[in-house]
Amino acid sequence: MTDTLQSSVIASVRPRPGSALAAEVENRRDIFEKTEAAEVAVLTPVDPGGLSHDLRHALAARIAALHAEPEQASRYAAGVTDAALLAVTDPGSAADDPRVQAMLAFTDAVSTHPRDIVAADVAALQSAGISDADIVRLAELNAFLAYQLRVIAGLRLLAGVPQ
Amino acid sequence: MTDEIIRRFTRNVPEWRPRVVPVKLTDATQDQLDALQVTPSNTKVSDYVLVLAHDVETLKVRSPLFNAIMYGKGGLSRAERELGALAASIVNHCIYCAAVHADRHAQLSKDKTVTDKLFAMGENADLGPRDRAILTFGMNLARTPHSASAADVEALRAAGLDDGEILDLILSSALFGWANRLMHILGDPVRKTS
Repeated sequence: MTDTLQSSVIASVRPRPGSALAAEVENRRDIFEKTEAAEVAVLTPVDPGGLSHDLRHALAARIAALHAEPEQASRYAAGVTDAALLAVTDPGSAADDPRVQAMLAFTDAVSTHPRDIVAADVAALQSAGISDADIVRLAELNAFLAYQLRVIAGLRLLAGVPQ
Repeated sequence: MTDEIIRRFTRNVPEWRPRVVPVKLTDATQDQLDALQVTPSNTKVSDYVLVLAHDVETLKVRSPLFNAIMYGKGGLSRAERELGALAASIVNHCIYCAAVHADRHAQLSKDKTVTDKLFAMGENADLGPRDRAILTFGMNLARTPHSASAADVEALRAAGLDDGEILDLILSSALFGWANRLMHILGDPVRKTS
């Protein structure tokens, strides 16, 4: 290994150096580097559209909390500067802004029971004035987090790290 | 002609009807055209990819990541990665993803019985011990990250999977936690009926 793998996923699990798992992670370095690049694309894109970096971090923190991953929730909440948005990182909370509230309701459903999502859930976002492009951005943020949090949980099991 | 929404699992891949308006190729930015790999000789792009082009920065990194996880060298066999993808797609009820990846599993393994049983009997399908362990772990990880247990990992090891293979299974099931939340959420699986 020449340089350290930059990966928030691996940093959160810390496979024991020299272990079989550490070697298998290194064999898949490109996957973890691409995963890191995807985190940048959904959290801090150059063109954030109608979802500010602040809002994206708040949603990511809420999604991590919904997945019972408090360490990741804290990591993402640390990227939120606006106090009103910091408040919605708590999954029990609601937003005063109807546009943000529509995104919270959608996010809660996509995180916890995606199989039950129907066309009306997407139509509800459109009715709240959210553009189709922002709906795709919101879905990608949710979808990426669902992936990343599962990779972290799976690696933790494989490394034998207590939950 | 109307579209009938498909609600039952099938290996017969349906069409996909978006719930949002896809990017129009004629309106696409250069960045979007690059991500779509559109060239004068290749102008065929699916509605699904045109929908994802609304978030071009994510699309650009997602496609190579998808290929690395599903087709990368070594580790878990390609057919068994498809089983990981299928486990998540069944949990998340993504009919379209399940059809595509059940069909790929049947082709790669030259065996339709595994996916026939899965679609007929659901998660309790009687499978061989290795497929059974892969399915159980892949489905539990798809439900919530904490639903997968150390006992599920032990079952994988007992079935002969090493750490690299288990890591590939984690990645393929998790990747479909992502893909299902696009495909199943942003559109409907349909068939044209007259």
